[in-house]
Amino acid sequence: MSVETYTPQAFHRQAHDALGNPQIRANFRQAMDGLMGKRRDAFGDWDVETLRELGANIRLRALAKLPDLLEQLEAKCQANGIKVHWAEDGEQACEIIRGLCEARGAKRVIKGKSMVSEEMHLNAHLEAAGIEALESDLGEYLVQLNEQTPSHIIMPAIHLNTDEISDLMHAKTGTERTRDVDYLTAAARQQLRERFMAADVGISGVNFAVAETGTLCLVENEGNGRMTTTVPPVHIAVTGIEKVVEHLRDVAPLYALLTRSATGQHVTTYFNMISGPRKPEEHDGPEEVHLVLVDNGRSAIYQDDELLDTLRCIRCGACMNHCPVYTRVGGHTYGTTYPGPIGSILMPHLQGLEATKDLPSASSLCGACGEVCPVKIPIPDLLVRLRKEAVGEGRGNVAGAGAKRNRSEVLAWKGFQWLATHPGAWRASTGIAGKLRALTPAKLGPWTDYRTAPKPAATSLHALVKRHRRDAKQEGKS
Amino acid sequence: MSARDTILGRLRERLDGPLAAPACDFSVVTGRGWSHEERLRRFEDKIASVHGEVIHTDHAAWIEALISMLADKDIKRLGLGREHPIAQEARTALADSGIELTDADRDIESWQREQFDSLEAGLTSTRGGIAETGSLWLWPTSDEPRRLSLVPPLHIAVLDADAIEDTFFDVVERHDWAGNMPTNALLISGPSKTADIEQTLAYGVHGPRELVILVRH
Repeated sequence: MSVETYTPQAFHRQAHDALGNPQIRANFRQAMDGLMGKRRDAFGDWDVETLRELGANIRLRALAKLPDLLEQLEAKCQANGIKVHWAEDGEQACEIIRGLCEARGAKRVIKGKSMVSEEMHLNAHLEAAGIEALESDLGEYLVQLNEQTPSHIIMPAIHLNTDEISDLMHAKTGTERTRDVDYLTAAARQQLRERFMAADVGISGVNFAVAETGTLCLVENEGNGRMTTTVPPVHIAVTGIEKVVEHLRDVAPLYALLTRSATGQHVTTYFNMISGPRKPEEHDGPEEVHLVLVDNGRSAIYQDDELLDTLRCIRCGACMNHCPVYTRVGGHTYGTTYPGPIGSILMPHLQGLEATKDLPSASSLCGACGEVCPVKIPIPDLLVRLRKEAVGEGRGNVAGAGAKRNRSEVLAWKGFQWLATHPGAWRASTGIAGKLRALTPAKLGPWTDYRTAPKPAATSLHALVKRHRRDAKQEGKS
Repeated sequence: MSARDTILGRLRERLDGPLAAPACDFSVVTGRGWSHEERLRRFEDKIASVHGEVIHTDHAAWIEALISMLADKDIKRLGLGREHPIAQEARTALADSGIELTDADRDIESWQREQFDSLEAGLTSTRGGIAETGSLWLWPTSDEPRRLSLVPPLHIAVLDADAIEDTFFDVVERHDWAGNMPTNALLISGPSKTADIEQTLAYGVHGPRELVILVRH
């Protein structure tokens, strides 16, 4: 398997390559079909719309009070013995975490799944400082063994099939080649248990941070999250500032929405709620717990009433599972930490529109993402907004706004606008187009790669209607 | 200016002005009104669907159920607490059983390797159950520490049938979790699992391979 670096700038080439790769297409098609079915079944006996409404309102309430809730979260965590750190960007967050590791003389870090840590390239940062960072979520572990990045935010190794994983584990860890998933899982369990015991620091993400109680909630099935947050002597949790919720009761509906939307499970195996380090009388758990709050572009998104909705996201991945584009091109094609519809509305803020200008257009605007979003983010509207920003027709408050602006495109639209609002000129030009239709080129760029070129009609609709009316009038007379 | 002040400053001086917080109606996650039998049925259906093994017993006979289950699974080393009545009863009953009883209420540093390598099962109490999702809720203590339900390949949980409630929301509200959060609060719904290899479900990836729930009526 080749190791490739994907970038959002090369989206079109990467999409072309992925579309021509039957293995990738089959892996994603099968996985996404399964996930869509499971989600449908999981909400079977629920009033989904009412639950989504509640989820959206809980997230909106948290965002409305965001600065206050962050302060409350900090105060509560500190009172519980959790040390709180703030980072303006990924680089700062990485520095904070490296500093915490070095203060403990830590050389070995074990990680639970955290997309924020992917977003800030934490593993590479730690490795450059001589600290080994090992992923313990099975999918993340496989992706790391394969020197890749996750292709899905919930199922990181969804792009690999069993044979590929068997070959990978055989090559990197010496296991037998087999399609026996129980054997492969047991082998990984054994390999990682040694690493949990040897780890100096455990790093995890956070699904919900509760301001009211200073509680960090982690949702998982494998138990690696519990291991990561319980076995090493230090636990560092890293999260985006938008993950805070106001009350403990708020997590019940969000958790119900998250598991059903993500993998179609009515519940995950573990819901792990951490409210502090090990107390003197307790016999296990970390001596130190740290919470790193990462902004990394989020406070900029927060400024704009429409873009704000992006921050409601609870990272379930349902939008990508239901996206016809994602299903066909796979996660790596996007070249960003978060792929699919959520990535297309989030990454432009994190990386700027210069780098990501093709992502908001990587959608047919079919609307499936918005319909399944558990917190009702109007993803299609946000895609349209970012398309406008990309061509310089928005509010201009997204980094790199106007990056996709093209003089001839602007002129073409201006010309069309003028024609469409001047009936005489419009009729004259459609008349001429009809007469010259034989001159229409057969090739019109990428459009005609898979389609025949459109030809102006010999007689325009306008002219046909006029003729029809005239004929009808004469029939009436005779 | 510190990163904290910069971030909070940006959030407070929001370009589009202050935001209104919508009201939240939680009725969709509560008020199920299930009978005792209905709760029990739902609990068992849900936890069995994710490979939780339910054994029905009662307060008088649960120890016999435990002993025969341990024999069936050929368990030789069992970790457990000392203070909880469940641990006490189990200790008394298993004293001459040939099963080695391992004290869980010790600082982990003194027995980490032992816990990972040779403990075959962990016995814990539970605070209650949740019918809607088939979940157990645990607040680990110094007597029954966090890892007792995580590291051994078999987790045996004792649950009183009367302690099963309808929804997670109901449990959080009725037991005032917000006012009493312990260091670690847990919902456990089945044994550890993964579907990361081509969506094929496999149990026992990092935590227990098996979860047995002794439901005491």
